[in-house]
Amino acid sequence: MKTTFELNGRTLFLRLSEDLDHHNAEYIRVQSDQYLEKYPIHRIVFDFTGVEFMDSSGIGVVMGRYKQMQYAGGEVFVYGIGKSVDRIFQMSGLYRLVKEYRPEREGGY
Amino acid sequence: MGTGRNLCEVSFLALSENESFARMVAAAFVLPLNPTVEELADIKTAISEAVTNAILHGYNQDGKGMVTMRFEREENRLTFVVQDNGVGIENVEKAMEPLYTSKPELERSGMGFSFMEAFMDSLLVESSPGNGCKVTMEKYICPLNDEASSETD
Repeated sequence: MKTTFELNGRTLFLRLSEDLDHHNAEYIRVQSDQYLEKYPIHRIVFDFTGVEFMDSSGIGVVMGRYKQMQYAGGEVFVYGIGKSVDRIFQMSGLYRLVKEYRPEREGGY
Repeated sequence: MGTGRNLCEVSFLALSENESFARMVAAAFVLPLNPTVEELADIKTAISEAVTNAILHGYNQDGKGMVTMRFEREENRLTFVVQDNGVGIENVEKAMEPLYTSKPELERSGMGFSFMEAFMDSLLVESSPGNGCKVTMEKYICPLNDEASSETD
């Protein structure tokens, strides 16, 4: 199953559902760019619940969206990060760029 | 476990969809050594980085070139070779610098070699322009894993 995209107001949810490698990173990059061109998105939320593997290509995906949100004055959130993805986030310093998403605080979906 | 020697060689086309295949082959090769979840993740990540480099940089994703992986086991010592016959690397030292990427437009993070280095016990990169690239990585699987940590998550 591919990553699914969901728009709620100005928030774009990316429900990642497979390995976040180079193969899937390209699909995510192209798809999310299309949403960003069409809609005034100021918040991107990555749902990592379905991701068991991520390599440096995944870092590029998150950093790319972070740069776009910086440019738009928005923010990037993540949630559902498991142990193996957490290791990659720790090592690469990605936690400094993103916030943890809490549905109750951010108004749910 | 750890019964002597084993060898495996696999070749596949330079297509990004083969990256997950490469990781699965590596994992299957290592499983008889009863690695921890973390050791297995280390190996899958390092292989993924090396294979992605071959496909993306070596062959520019042309879907024509072949990537060859050679895995060898000598007791608990694993050697992983990932090789392509692509464009090669002009300055290997620079390519290995953390955060350096020749393809920033494709959102490459420049962390590939850093991850291979961090997750494996040794890393050797041999390449020159026009002569492809050969990445050799070693990983020692702790023999004490046997009982203790196979259930760890």
